[in-house]
This record gives sequence, structure tokens and C-alpha cells, in this order.
Amino acid sequence: MRRAFVVAKKDLMIEWRSRMLLVRVAPFALLVLVLFAVALDSEPLILRAAAGLVWLAMLFSSLLVVQRAFAIETDDAALDGLLIASGEPSQVFFGKIIAAFVQLLSLAVLLVAGAIVLYGATVSASNIVLLVTTMLTASLGLASVGTLYGAAVANMNGKDSLLPLLAMPVAAPLLIGASRATEAALGSQTIDASAGWAWVALLTVFAVVFVSAGAAAFGTLVEAES
Amino acid sequence: MDDIGFILTSWLLTLGSVAALAFATIRRAKRLASQVPDSAKPWI
Amino acid sequence: MNTAATGAGTATTATRLIGVAALAITAFVAVSAFWLTPADAVQGESVRIMYVHVPTAWVAYLAFVVTAITSGLSLARRHRTLGFDRVAGASAEVGVLFMAMALVTGSLWGRLTWGTFWQWDPRLTTTLFLFVTYVGYLAVRNIDTDPQRRARRSAVLALLAVLEIPLVHFSVVLWRSLHQEASVLNPDGDVRLDGLMLFTLFAGVVAFSLIYVWLVLHRQRLAALADARITTGLDAAIAARRAEAASTSGAGA
Repeated sequence: MRRAFVVAKKDLMIEWRSRMLLVRVAPFALLVLVLFAVALDSEPLILRAAAGLVWLAMLFSSLLVVQRAFAIETDDAALDGLLIASGEPSQVFFGKIIAAFVQLLSLAVLLVAGAIVLYGATVSASNIVLLVTTMLTASLGLASVGTLYGAAVANMNGKDSLLPLLAMPVAAPLLIGASRATEAALGSQTIDASAGWAWVALLTVFAVVFVSAGAAAFGTLVEAES
Repeated sequence: MDDIGFILTSWLLTLGSVAALAFATIRRAKRLASQVPDSAKPWI
Repeated sequence: MNTAATGAGTATTATRLIGVAALAITAFVAVSAFWLTPADAVQGESVRIMYVHVPTAWVAYLAFVVTAITSGLSLARRHRTLGFDRVAGASAEVGVLFMAMALVTGSLWGRLTWGTFWQWDPRLTTTLFLFVTYVGYLAVRNIDTDPQRRARRSAVLALLAVLEIPLVHFSVVLWRSLHQEASVLNPDGDVRLDGLMLFTLFAGVVAFSLIYVWLVLHRQRLAALADARITTGLDAAIAARRAEAASTSGAGA
């Protein structure tokens, strides 16, 4: 796992120096929240929909994060060098997931804060744990799906339009689960906290499935690109 | 009256698109087959 | 080795037989659906859409399973043959068409019977996701130029789809259960058919399965031809270079 952390650290350092997340992706994510409010034009509706909208915004923003994760490699055929240097493809995969996870988690925090400020959402103290766990598991799941499909379309023409087409259907369960769990955490009438935890269980399963399947698939995907 | 329209549409759309795919496949296959030696056709 | 191009195409005795059988049975199904069978007691005339909807849905799922299995085999055998990959691709091409038809006919049926074009029930929703997944899979296949890489990449995607679809289905089931819907609104489920109607439905499944096999055989061979043409082109170019080199060295000697 040590090699994975090395890879993660490298990715995060590149991100820190370029500040892409801070300067481009975060503003985009907040913009999406604002656009939803403008489009829906109804404060009660927006408040009810807050959980779903947060995770929709997350989904769209995650595309930007993931595309970046692989663009920095393909720009100099650096991926090959990375694989040779670290020896095991699964370590590279885990490393990239960790880096994506950190960025996505930050975005999640930002977006939930955005929902609280812009939409008037509230979290009671008893639901904080549910909310945080949801954010952790959903961000991990999203990071693994994004990294995996980002790897699948890396080096392809049209990868920027292929990634959404491939990854978004796969991320649908994640969207459903994260939205419902967050809805419970934000105190909805229809879903109570225990149901929220059931959704978190789904999110955990999702994350585990895609981290492990991804590790297996990643090796096949990046082997000797002829 | 809606009924028969929808029913006919379902059938014609389905059979029509299948036929279209079939014709397109055969046409392209004939064209390519003339450019490729028989040794490359293991089904013959 | 027969290097001549005789123009023999992708048809063989087997495909001709299958094709004729498919046409004959489809003709019977059509005639039966429209004239021989009665309207349903509950659904009325809209049951006639069932005779085309159920077979297309069946073939669409069959095609997906075939793509998944041949993709797995393709990865296991990738250093030896691209045959499995070609079948996977052909099956997906045919499958996406049938899936689109299943969704459209199902939607029209739903409109006639229940008054709405669409329901967010688990089966329909998952089918829609499966359709989108197919489309993505084919888009990826289309772009890759190297057959080996294409085989590897699309096989991985197909196997991931096998993982993804149950996850999607399960989460949609959970999701819709929140809305406490009656599961009555199921286009394929509990309609009781018997006698000629059931036979017609069954014949339709057989007919469309034959159509599926016919299409996959031809498209798979078509893919083989396309790949072979690239190689033939290369071989011809190499032969031409050699001839050139031989003539120049002969002249120079």
C-alpha cells in the first residue's frame, strides 16, 4: 500500500500546485447549485430537493476531477513510466483513487455547506454522523468509479464525451443512495435515519465492489498498450 | 383508433429496423468479401 | 491456400436455412398476431403488441448475456483469437437494436393499457440503464482502431456492466419501494395467455431468436472481413515493397 500512497501524494501535489480543484472545479460545483435554484425557482421545492441536487452537482463535478487525473498522465505518456516505476498496476489504481477521494470529499463538504447556506438545509446534531458517513462512502465510491472508467477511456479520441456516457449510468446507484441518505440526514419527512443507514450500507457495498473490481480491471486495461 | 396505430407502429418499426440492419449487413459484407481472399473466410 | 477473392460472402448453408426458418415463423407470428388470435379480455387489442414486444425484450437480454460471456472468454483467450471478441461486438450491436425496440414497443403498449408512456418501475428503469450501457460499449468499440486493444477494452467494460446492472436494479428496487407502488404495472408479467395466444408468443420468441442468430453470425463474419481487409492491405503493401526491392537490386547487380 505504500506505493499507492506515493502515487496519491504525487497526484495531490500536482493538484495542489495547479490549484485546479480550488480555482475551477469548486466554483463550477457551486455554480451548479446556483443554477439549480435559478432553474427550479421555488424555495420550498429546492429545500426538499436539496439532497439530490447536492449529489447531482457532485456527479458532474467528479467528471472534471477524474478527467484531470488521467490527463496529467497521458500528456507525456507518463502513465507508462508510472506503471514501470511502481511495479504493480493495482497500486497505481489505489493511489489514484485516494487522490480522487480526497478531492471529491472536499467537494462534498463544500456542496453540503452550499446547500445549508443557499438552500436553507439544516442538519441536526444527531444526524451529523449519518451525514459524514454518507459523504465518506459516496466520495469513495465515486472516486473508484471515476478512476476506473477514466482509465478505460484514457488515450482515446473523444474520451471527454465517453467518460460521462460510461460512468454516469454506473454511478446511478450511488446517486440514489447518497441522495436518500443525505435526505434522511437533513431531516426529511419521508425517510428516517435508520433508512438512511440502509442506504449507507448500499453505498459501502458499491464502494467495495468498485474498488476491488477496479483493481482487477485496471491491470488488464493498462497492460502493454501496443 | 389510437390502438391500431400504435400496434402497427410497433410491428413495422421492429420488423423494419431488423430488415434494415440485415440489408445493411449483407451489402457491406458483399463489398468487403470481394476485397478479401477466401483464405481469410474460415466459415466457407 | 486459396488466396483468390471469389467474392463469396458471409452467407453459408447454415445461415440460409436459419434465415428461411426465421422468415417463415415470423410471417406466421405476424398473421397470428393480427388475425388468428382474439383480443385479450383485459387488455383488448393492445395485447397484439405483446407478440412483438416480449420476443424483442427476450432477445435483448439474451444478447447482453452472450456479450458478457464471450467477453469473458475473449479476455481468457486474448493471445490466441479475436473470435470471441467479434461475437461479443456483434451480439451487442444486435442487442442494442432489439433493446431499443423493446423499450419503444413497451412504451406504446403501456400508453394503450395504462395510459402512460413510461413507468419508473425497477424493470423498465434497469432496462433503460442497460440500453445506455450498451450504447456506451458500442461507442468505445467504434473508436478503437487496434483490434487487440479494442477487444481488451470492451471486454473489461462488458464484464463491469455485468457487475453494474444488478447494482442498478437493486438500488432502483429499493428506491421505488419508498414510493410504495403496486407492482401491478408490469408489462410482461401476469397476463394470462393460453392456447393460440401463448403459442404465438412462443413462436415469436423462437422466430426472433433465429433472427438474432442470423444477424450475429453475419455481423461477426463481417467484422472478421473488416479485420482481414486491414491485414490483406498490409500484406499487399509488403509484397509490393518486396517486388520493388527485388527489381531494383536485380537491375543494379
